[in-house]
Amino acid sequence: MLSVITNLPVSKLETKAREIRRQVIKMVYGAGSGHPGGSLSSTDILAALFFGGGLRFNSQDLNDPRSDRFILSAGHVCPAYYAVLSKCGFIKEKELANLRQLDSRLQGHPSSLHAPFVACSTGSLGQGLSVGLGMALASRLKKGNHFIVVLTSDGEHNEGSIWEVAMAAPHYRLGNLINIIDRNGMQVGGKTEEQIGLEPLASKYKAFGWQVLLVNGHDYRELLRAFCQAKESHLKPTVIIAKTIRGRGVSFMEEKKRYHACTLTKREYERAMGELR
Amino acid sequence: MFYSQRDAYGEALLELGKQDERILALTADLSSSTRIDKFAKKFPERFFNLGVAEQNAVGVAVGLALEGFIPFLSSFAVFIPGRCFDQIRVSVCQNKANVKLVGSHLGFSNSGDGASAQSVADIGLMRVLPEMVVLSPADANEVRGAVAAMAAYQGPVYMRMSRSKTPLLTRKGKKFRIGQTETMCRGKKLTIVGTGPILAKALAVANRLNAEVINCSTIKPLDTTTIISSVKKTGRVLVLEEHSIFGGLGAAVAEFLSQEYPVPLKIMGIPDVFGESARDPEELYQKYGLTEEKIEEEGVRLIKS
Repeated sequence: MLSVITNLPVSKLETKAREIRRQVIKMVYGAGSGHPGGSLSSTDILAALFFGGGLRFNSQDLNDPRSDRFILSAGHVCPAYYAVLSKCGFIKEKELANLRQLDSRLQGHPSSLHAPFVACSTGSLGQGLSVGLGMALASRLKKGNHFIVVLTSDGEHNEGSIWEVAMAAPHYRLGNLINIIDRNGMQVGGKTEEQIGLEPLASKYKAFGWQVLLVNGHDYRELLRAFCQAKESHLKPTVIIAKTIRGRGVSFMEEKKRYHACTLTKREYERAMGELR
Repeated sequence: MFYSQRDAYGEALLELGKQDERILALTADLSSSTRIDKFAKKFPERFFNLGVAEQNAVGVAVGLALEGFIPFLSSFAVFIPGRCFDQIRVSVCQNKANVKLVGSHLGFSNSGDGASAQSVADIGLMRVLPEMVVLSPADANEVRGAVAAMAAYQGPVYMRMSRSKTPLLTRKGKKFRIGQTETMCRGKKLTIVGTGPILAKALAVANRLNAEVINCSTIKPLDTTTIISSVKKTGRVLVLEEHSIFGGLGAAVAEFLSQEYPVPLKIMGIPDVFGESARDPEELYQKYGLTEEKIEEEGVRLIKS
């Protein structure tokens, strides 16, 4: 049996998520740089995956071959990912202060060369989903029962390579591949629809042959239901388009362009921590 | 005796596949051009065509490698690495993924299609990446050995090969050792460091020049020991490759010798051009100065210098 940390009730998930958000603010403030906006928008998705039972994994051994695989394709939102791994016990809380520091395991974008708990180095957008597709094929070859879950950003969907996966995954009938899109509607240059419009995103994936699920990415019940539904698909890969708010949880950061990537001032740090109490 | 490197590659991969279930063959819709169709037929479940989509194909190979498989991803050298450098930089090398990339149709060997299909920069692209091993076998025999060596080595490897039927220059069955050159003939006046099938042209004139010819089938890591000991003896070096004179083996040798043991040095390769169409590669070698006569001429000039 895989020992599972997970399946916390929704009220507990909310508490976890608040703790993760506090860590994100602390880390980005301490590092002097980072991407708080996307980290905060994806926090609830990560909490639902790692603490709500969305992701099946061994809490003692991240490399247990029976575990679901997780790839953070949108590598820049790794402060939230590191905070989650820390809450799972794979990173000591003290180490989180090393984010983006010289000789740190916690690189500004996740790097498997630096950190054994990172499944796949990412940070250059549009690449993690292809790796996920390879892992899904590997799982089939090995007759594994695990799923491959990839968290992508919406802005990342400008990359052509994402659409190469969109084409290839249904062709190979990979029901074991799940792409969760953090649809916060913003990217580095501003609103996604004002850069290169993505809509109608759901119809596009549907036309490519994916099972498409639309959820509120801050609603744990909706997220958990979608994870279950995704895992019931046998021949179709699933995309979960999780509508989120960039900077979620810190009122003055929500949907503000400045907080895609920034240095947080002491005043901003204190205000944010005050709100996340 | 002539034999095609890509035929040898297809046969070697098939043999390897029989011995090791972890070996997979991947391509971006070039299975017959890269001769992995035999593998595909024998092991359909271990063959993956990702379509004309090289960026994704590289990522897929990484995913399979991270799960313990040994994927050989084959395409044309202009596309892999040319079309997917960043996927190789981040997904392959920054994971130290056990991915084997094979680029066919090196240099001018695809003469007909012209510039867009002629790979003049692949060595340069690959040798600047940390973690990457770069192989450039001299003939079909060496390709067979290289395929086995690639599979045995844990980590990213890129191998380039020719489209043409090229002369057999090395002994069949010889074990290929990554990072080790082979001295093909001894000489005292000049060291010729060459790579790929074009070495045949150097061997043809080596005697007349009293030149030592080193087959540098691993570009990275460079066999600096053999190169420097030969150069200490001859005092001059000519580098020969079917690749741009910038960034390839010539650059690797020059970077090394200019810092460790500076001697007169000449790089012979494809000048700073993209190539063009021709009826056969020989016409391009003539036009761009990659002929036996030219090698001899440059050799004599170096020796006199």
